[in-house]
Amino acid sequence: MSGADILLQPGVLPRLLQGLWVTVWIAAVSVGACIPVGLLVGWLMTLRNPVVRFLMRIYLDFIRIMPQLALLFLAYYGFARWFDWNLDATGACVLVFILWGGAELGDLVRGALQSIPEIQSESAYVLGLSDWQSFVHVILPQALRRLLPASVNLATRIVKTTSLAVLLGVVEVIKVGQQIIDANRFQYPNGTLWIYGVIFFMYFIVCWPLSIVARRLEKRWAND
Amino acid sequence: MTISFKPFKAIVAASAALIMGASLAACGPSAGTPSDSASGSSSSAKAKARTLDEIKESGELKVAVFSDKAPFGYIDKDGKNAGYDVYFAQRLAKDLGVEVKYTSVDPAARVDVLTSNKVDVVLANFTVTDERAQKVDFAKPYMKVALGVVSPEDAPITDVSQLDGKTLIIAKGTTAETWFEKNAPNVKLQKYDQYADAYNALLDGRGDAFSTDNTEVLAWAKSNKGFTVGITKLGDEDTIAPAVQKGNKELLDFINDEIVKLGEEDFFHKDYEETLEPVYGNEANPDDIVVEGGEVDD
Repeated sequence: MSGADILLQPGVLPRLLQGLWVTVWIAAVSVGACIPVGLLVGWLMTLRNPVVRFLMRIYLDFIRIMPQLALLFLAYYGFARWFDWNLDATGACVLVFILWGGAELGDLVRGALQSIPEIQSESAYVLGLSDWQSFVHVILPQALRRLLPASVNLATRIVKTTSLAVLLGVVEVIKVGQQIIDANRFQYPNGTLWIYGVIFFMYFIVCWPLSIVARRLEKRWAND
Repeated sequence: MTISFKPFKAIVAASAALIMGASLAACGPSAGTPSDSASGSSSSAKAKARTLDEIKESGELKVAVFSDKAPFGYIDKDGKNAGYDVYFAQRLAKDLGVEVKYTSVDPAARVDVLTSNKVDVVLANFTVTDERAQKVDFAKPYMKVALGVVSPEDAPITDVSQLDGKTLIIAKGTTAETWFEKNAPNVKLQKYDQYADAYNALLDGRGDAFSTDNTEVLAWAKSNKGFTVGITKLGDEDTIAPAVQKGNKELLDFINDEIVKLGEEDFFHKDYEETLEPVYGNEANPDDIVVEGGEVDD
């Protein structure tokens, strides 16, 4: 029996798709929620207030230095033990990915905002725009354009990092794959490669459109 | 042609720093998994286990099982939990008058899911050891097991001494890991988080042999041609029992009573026939594996 037949078993593909849905759900909620967090953090980072800057620095460095896996274990097991705050596995993942994505995106936003030359806001001021107006209508639109490539990269990284959720017992696409491989290891000893192949393809299908959209937007905005 | 030595020196310096860093990390106090080291601080556990009444009220018993370790705990073709442990979990819940809610665990996470109150009971082929008994409370056993070593037929390992200097594949957090670290320091251990990955490593020839519970390797070797279980009984005979959070006496007593009561109707032999016999066939004697009423006779 060829290993590829494992994919034709009833239930295999629907179950993998269900697992993919869990992956996409975690990633989509995390990415969606870390956009406002990131914008806020990025803006806070550009403030002159030393206390705010210091706090943001600590937040960013802490998240950046800790491996995501350690953060996941802290949120899942640590919170329950120290604060009796019992997050379920999916909740812990979403929380960690929002904090992580928020920190990374925040730094990108800060970089993009600071890369806009001072003269832009000075010109806006001369034209009689308030600080807020100049931020919303002059600085932000230019910054967003510079932000796009790196943030799409961040989004695909979040999608791929959801595979760590397995270690907290979340049954997402990789875990479903392992369960199928294990349940069929007697009938289809060669099924492993095919299942992982399909999973690879699924991740590709999720991440690729992101790249396409990003490239389109970049091209369109370049001609504005 | 002139060669500037500056970048070369920088590279040497950088790699020296890297190596020093790596060796520092290697002799750190704990080479265990993050979850292993985290469980050391479980004495100050705040996450209190649920009482029997709370479980009944919620209508579901939260059980941690394996989802990739057939025939003990796995997901069948319809996507449902099945296996020897699951069969028992269903009966426990039925006698409590509640439904089962399964959580899938990895071997190394079995202590942590209890100390952090993620589940009420662990029924995941959990071997009773002194070390684990300090962190969780074990009920009466329902199965017994020793270690086995499976290796390729053309290079069989029939004695531990043959493993000297060779690579042995093991799954993290299992009794095999502890036994080999303590009793066979010359064996190079290659550790995996998941059973599925460990088997694949053996199939790919990334190690010379794979060791875990004898029941598991026997079942696997039977259906994988070219592999044989050269060592069927290694180490002490261990028992497998349900585990609850330390101090959760109410639930522990309930499970103990239940195991004694089920012994009278030979429940675990029936469990064996339903879940294990189709896999082992005549290779194994049920009385070598099943424990009835929590009584190990030896």
